[in-house]
Amino acid sequence: MSAGNHTVVGRRLPRVDALQQTTGQTQFADDLNPPGALVGRQLRSTHAHAAITSIDTVEAAALPGVKAVITGADLPITYGILPVSQDEHALALHRVRHVGEPVAAVAAIDAETAERALALIHVKYEPLTEVVTLDQALDPDRPLIHGEGDGQNVHRTAALEFGDVAEGFAAAGHVREDVYFFGGNTHAALETHAAVASCSPEGKVTLWSATQVPHYVHRALAKVLDIPAGRIRVIATPNGGGFGGKTDPFSHELVAAKLAMITGRPVKFNLSREDVFYAHRGRHPVLMWVKTGFESDGRITAMHFKSFLDGGAFGSYGTASLYYTGALQTSTYRIPNYCFEGMRVFTNKPACGPKRGHGTPQARFAIESQLDKAAADLGIDPVAIRVRNAVEPFSTTVNHLRITSCALNECIDAVVEQSGFHQKHGQLPEGRGVGLALGCYMSGAGLPIYFNKMPQSEVQLKVDRGGGVTVYSGATDIGQGSTSMLATVVAECLGLEPAELTMITADTDLTPVDLGSYSSRVTFMAGNAALEAATKVRTRLVEAVAAKLEAAVEDLEVANGRVGVLGDPESGVSWTEAVVLATAATGPLVESGSYTAPKLAGPYKGAGVGISPAYSYSACVVELEVDADTGMVDVDRVWIAHDIGKALNPLLCEGQVEGGVYMGLGEVLFEEQAFRDGLHRGPSLLDYKIPTSLETPTVHTTLIESDDPEGPYGAKEVGQGPLLPVIPAVANAIHDALGVHIDEVPITPDKIVAAMRDAARGGSGRVGPKGVPDFDFGELIRVEPPEGFVAP
Amino acid sequence: MAERVLALRVNGETHRVLTSDHRTLLEVLREDLALTGTKHGCDVGECGACTVLLDGRPVLACLVLVSQVATGSVTTIEGLVEGGKPHELQSAFAELGAAQCGYCTPGMILSASALLDEVAQPDTDEIKAALTGNLCRCTGYNKIIEAVELAADRGQL
Ligand code: FES
Ligand code: FES
Repeated sequence: MSAGNHTVVGRRLPRVDALQQTTGQTQFADDLNPPGALVGRQLRSTHAHAAITSIDTVEAAALPGVKAVITGADLPITYGILPVSQDEHALALHRVRHVGEPVAAVAAIDAETAERALALIHVKYEPLTEVVTLDQALDPDRPLIHGEGDGQNVHRTAALEFGDVAEGFAAAGHVREDVYFFGGNTHAALETHAAVASCSPEGKVTLWSATQVPHYVHRALAKVLDIPAGRIRVIATPNGGGFGGKTDPFSHELVAAKLAMITGRPVKFNLSREDVFYAHRGRHPVLMWVKTGFESDGRITAMHFKSFLDGGAFGSYGTASLYYTGALQTSTYRIPNYCFEGMRVFTNKPACGPKRGHGTPQARFAIESQLDKAAADLGIDPVAIRVRNAVEPFSTTVNHLRITSCALNECIDAVVEQSGFHQKHGQLPEGRGVGLALGCYMSGAGLPIYFNKMPQSEVQLKVDRGGGVTVYSGATDIGQGSTSMLATVVAECLGLEPAELTMITADTDLTPVDLGSYSSRVTFMAGNAALEAATKVRTRLVEAVAAKLEAAVEDLEVANGRVGVLGDPESGVSWTEAVVLATAATGPLVESGSYTAPKLAGPYKGAGVGISPAYSYSACVVELEVDADTGMVDVDRVWIAHDIGKALNPLLCEGQVEGGVYMGLGEVLFEEQAFRDGLHRGPSLLDYKIPTSLETPTVHTTLIESDDPEGPYGAKEVGQGPLLPVIPAVANAIHDALGVHIDEVPITPDKIVAAMRDAARGGSGRVGPKGVPDFDFGELIRVEPPEGFVAP
Repeated sequence: MAERVLALRVNGETHRVLTSDHRTLLEVLREDLALTGTKHGCDVGECGACTVLLDGRPVLACLVLVSQVATGSVTTIEGLVEGGKPHELQSAFAELGAAQCGYCTPGMILSASALLDEVAQPDTDEIKAALTGNLCRCTGYNKIIEAVELAADRGQL
């Protein structure tokens, strides 16, 4: 579809619910107060690793106002977001695995009573040796966190080779080996997790929850409560920010439902800010080793990448996270021979999981930092080495990823030119620098989390006799604007305005399934499903009006609230009349659409991670100032260009880019989920500092439209990709400013000062990990490159 | 804990609430008066989501005891709407995409309105300084700053 013809797509419209938000009417989970609701609270473990020898709830249960007390024995069935990692209990059973793990829960008439009851639950622990670091996890004499006895706490390994890296390295004129570390951090959405559950006298359970994945929560509830899914309804309330932090089924959701079943009254949980740091599922700390071979002109001949993930206490998304650290190196750069070896360990800390960029920002930091080093070695500039290796549109990578639309070069050109990168790099005064980096992300994971052949997204449309259109979609608005995106797609197709539509979303009783707001999948998948449903409605309207006007179907258009002959809007009938005609002709005007991703997985184990129907691309230049004495970094300006396919609503798309830049800056400069032994160093927003308005640089955003052939109106993702290049761009800019390499995120002032001191003493001026453990990743799976793959 | 009846002046109306002195203004607004437009992200004064105006000045409702406001007048996000018409800031935030998830938005708007009451045409640095206690995790603040500027400009007309 050509861009010029759109009436809605491409307009800078506010969110469809924007005024509800700004006037305080949006109802978040904790704003729901059903009559008679009880207050729920969880008792959390004070030990990082311990056996539970007894729990005495008698006193707590006897406290006036307490309606129920439950422990792990009441919900013994395990769950977990991935079918391969069903290793969590709603409340710890026999063993606690991190400080803050829920152990028991109460429902009481008010918060004070609930809290007093928690103090009356007596838990006896028998402490076990803690396993907190990667090294400790690899120590065979430490206890297993999952299982009995001692041993290495390895959760998962991966070892894949595509092409022949030995051959690639042999052909290289220059080979580099570097080691990087990316500290873990957390989402810190402003809304803390909250859920309200109720149970009808007939036994129907309803859960309202701030979740990004109502469908998966629905499944987890059915499993853990051991009741049919048909007796459970999950409604995702608008999320006060998600970023991946509300993408697992959580203890408080399961516990709220159980307590509602026991008491027959609604039960509400609202996690405290401290609790959220324990719920976590944030960015994995990852230690990385990367060896890359280059020809003298900078072309990559081979890459060998190893990652070591510190996963925390549970599997969560960890198996996927592990593969993601190795999956997308090849989707930005043409790497003819590629080997990925990775492993994830369990430790006695809150479980890590998916945060914006899921497993890929860590690797992105490593390879983009290394590329700058290699460029310097070879005497090539950072732009040229990237352009030389940039992946091409409509190509296939060595690890079998299908690349379609790709405007990576246009993104590079935009930021390099706008920032004046060539005039600045290596030429600014001491303490001032610029850095460049690229990124790439999926427009939705190619496969669902649990194996099935059903559509990944379904949308239903109903047009009533008065002309009103209601859109039903399971997609969950977490602030990214998915509801507005759906309204845009449907309104464009039907010649209406988005604000005219009624949107019913994220309710397992009322809306068809959408798998959830993760992996940047909603615009591509729910958007396409909505477009299919709307197109069916449109076809029926056009056919009915064509019959009345005795015109050819192809001569009609649906635009501006009318259905009539192309170019002659007065010729036809109003929208409402068209609806009446179609309903009279062919019955109720109800249609549905769906989206299933094409089969994309390559012929190897692990191929399900990284595949996507389309990839977004970004390039970023950061200009900053660093104080050489204090190590304080002041990011001055950010230029970012993002290949979004098509900006359905540029205002909201820019917002996603700016938010991604902001989150990346927080991660690279100061955020870290840090521990002292098994204890979180500061589970509060005072200690875990996130950027404020004062740390906000000017951001110049350019949206590049590559018009993806399969995206709805050509659109691709924007929620996650733009974060990726920001982190290494800052690292590279710091090097440009001071000549030091900080190979470790976050790049805090103390590390910069240490690197400066080291350089002053004649050292390398590098701060970062020294090496990686000697570890056997298991048998290497050798995979032939895809048929017809030509090494660049 | 002893309970007593307090007459609270909120959004121009007087509400009689039976409450104990140690409850916070945030709790009473949200739980007793059902004014859930006031949000909370920490309950301990770290995030700014609970910002309301007390006699026109921004305060963190999670840190104010309800007994402390017995004589003052409170404005919440609901109270900025006059005669069904959103405040300039509410419109500007909506138009410019300054709310993504919208969770910080009520507090952010109230902080901004206190600023505009004091400085009709603040510059960017003044806006940033006024909003520094209000965390936003979604927007990166730039669209928020633009929205405050737009509302200030319109306020001049
Ligand atoms: S709730 Fe965070 S400052 Fe009051
Ligand atoms: S819009 Fe989500 S926290 Fe500000």
